[in-house]
Amino acid sequence: MDLFEFQAKELFAEYGVPVQRGKVARTAAEAREIAAEFAADGHPLVVVKAQVKTGGRGKAGGVKLAQGPDEAYEKASQILGLDIKGHIVYTVLVAEAVDIAAEYYLSFLLDRANRTFLAICTVQGGMEIEEVAHNTPEEVARIPVSPIAGVDGAKAAEIIAAGRIPAEAAAGAALLAERLWTMFVDEDATLVEVNPMALTEDGQVIAVDGKVTLDDNAAFRQQHARFDDVSNIDPIEARAREKHLNYVKLDGQVGIIGNGAGLVMSTLDVVAYAGQEFGGIKPANFLDIGGGASAEVMANGLEIVLSDPSVRSVFVNVFGGITSCDAVANGIVSGIGLLESRGEHVDRPIVVRLDGNNAAEGRQILADAAIGVVEQVPTMDGAARRSAELASIASKGA
Amino acid sequence: MAIFLTAQSRVLIQGITGSEGRRHGARMLAAGTKVVGGTNPRKAGQRIDLNGTEVPVFGTVADTMAATGADVSVIFVPAERTKDAVIEAIEAAIPLCIVITEGVPVHDTAEFWARASAVSNRTRIIGPNCPGVASPGKSNAGIIPADITTEGRIGLVSKSGTLTYQMMYELRDIGFSTAVGIGGDPVIGTTHIDCLQAFQEDPETDAIVMIGEIGGDAEERAGAFIEHNVTKPVVGYVAGFTAPEGKTMGHAGAIISGSSGTAQAKKEALEKAGVRVGRTPSETAGLVRALF
Repeated sequence: MDLFEFQAKELFAEYGVPVQRGKVARTAAEAREIAAEFAADGHPLVVVKAQVKTGGRGKAGGVKLAQGPDEAYEKASQILGLDIKGHIVYTVLVAEAVDIAAEYYLSFLLDRANRTFLAICTVQGGMEIEEVAHNTPEEVARIPVSPIAGVDGAKAAEIIAAGRIPAEAAAGAALLAERLWTMFVDEDATLVEVNPMALTEDGQVIAVDGKVTLDDNAAFRQQHARFDDVSNIDPIEARAREKHLNYVKLDGQVGIIGNGAGLVMSTLDVVAYAGQEFGGIKPANFLDIGGGASAEVMANGLEIVLSDPSVRSVFVNVFGGITSCDAVANGIVSGIGLLESRGEHVDRPIVVRLDGNNAAEGRQILADAAIGVVEQVPTMDGAARRSAELASIASKGA
Repeated sequence: MAIFLTAQSRVLIQGITGSEGRRHGARMLAAGTKVVGGTNPRKAGQRIDLNGTEVPVFGTVADTMAATGADVSVIFVPAERTKDAVIEAIEAAIPLCIVITEGVPVHDTAEFWARASAVSNRTRIIGPNCPGVASPGKSNAGIIPADITTEGRIGLVSKSGTLTYQMMYELRDIGFSTAVGIGGDPVIGTTHIDCLQAFQEDPETDAIVMIGEIGGDAEERAGAFIEHNVTKPVVGYVAGFTAPEGKTMGHAGAIISGSSGTAQAKKEALEKAGVRVGRTPSETAGLVRALF
């Protein structure tokens, strides 16, 4: 899970990583109130920042300085509702502006390729790190960090020195690095980035912007649900999550249900290839129902997929391994029955491909059930083609 | 021969008394695997019935190895306890440890990998979040269905379970020396490259199928490895061409970040290394079939 800047900064503050004072506003009026509060404390100059999980906010007009409450209101009204690379701005962060003397960069992240952690530090802050690494690779220090040894004071100093952070900022930066590492470990993060890590005119080293990615697999030992983004989540994805289904909304017309992440990803691709023949028909979603494929899981899966109004046909692609195809076929038949009994009329065609253990028995069960909307195709490629074709016909009729 | 897992392998199960451990323990036995025992510290000294065959339960991996000569561990314990289980296996110096458990925090995996590395990787780790290893006709350690394929001369390495099964099934008439499911997490023990090297050296393997998916750069690095180190024919498949940027597609590691980790880049890197890459699983199976 990626965090918004304001959430990242909440965590920074919890771990003693210095940040400037700031609060979140959902409306321009709230932004005015926050700015008024800061002005009363002697800080009339604020920065209003769009809260979206993408880079390039500044260039898109999502970050503006404001002098006093009225200007904060005006800037917030300009920023709220902006579309930044497909991300709508629902909230802004109103923060006290700081006088920045220099901007640096610091991050800890998971290094997949080397199966360890990595610290990246450079004196070149404020830009995208990819850009700095591309233009001046010699300026970017990449220091491996052992998951066992971690980062103590000495290691933090080594990282800061390698990034050539100047002497006047080194002590503050090293302390920030040590605390940031503690947060990286204790919060099960896979990325914590401070960019810029700023040296202020009064000699403080603070995190002016931050990016944090948390490991969803660690949910059982973390309180990360509080960071769930309810404003931006797709409503179908939200309902799928309630039903513990692994669903990702896409923008096509063929609903996809399959077992196993790899097979479902592959199914999306095969449908997209087949769809090229039918005017660009594409998969509408990713949905992995796992190994079991019980009637209830199948019914829930179909319900979620069919609740997407752009779905014109459904492709159920199951390989029977440990759960053999006869069990899967029974799951499909009773799943559709369960759905009908809930008052959900299944009105769009469902193409089913069953292969693997007991495929013949499974296909017979589906044939005997004689459900009008269900059509069987024995191969994955053939079934993908047929579901794309059916979606194309339905789209033309609609 | 086969790789990693042979007819002589003696398998213990960490978490043998749990429902998954019992269920798959029984299936492994039925597939001919020498399942010699398992661990549960609270049930040491008892025996557990695996669908008609009783095997002993020990307190630790070291005790199981000493009493039974086990040289492979398959881990079914819950994600919360997986790190400790793997570290126990490493400390007992078992040669092969297969981690089936899904949902292991990546900080835990990074830590047990660091511990394995600290003792020169004397324990080979496969997984986590993987279906295990099957050497058809010899032994089966994990959750790969045993009855979907036959013994033969194709070696298979894959990030995905069901795509592995699909490929094993489509090519069941030709058969497999060993199929290794390496898992779909961002950090895994045994990689595509480790398996490619082992298959290259295995006299019972004539051709290699490699299945990858979006996320990371393991396929790109495997391509570079193949170019210089693999003389046997390799056929590839990559899943996730239509996956959107920034969304995790089922597997924790299957995510495109910015412009890195795309299926297209992986396909191109493999083709550059002379690997024939299929557009669909069936087309990929067809490319393999043409080699035999």
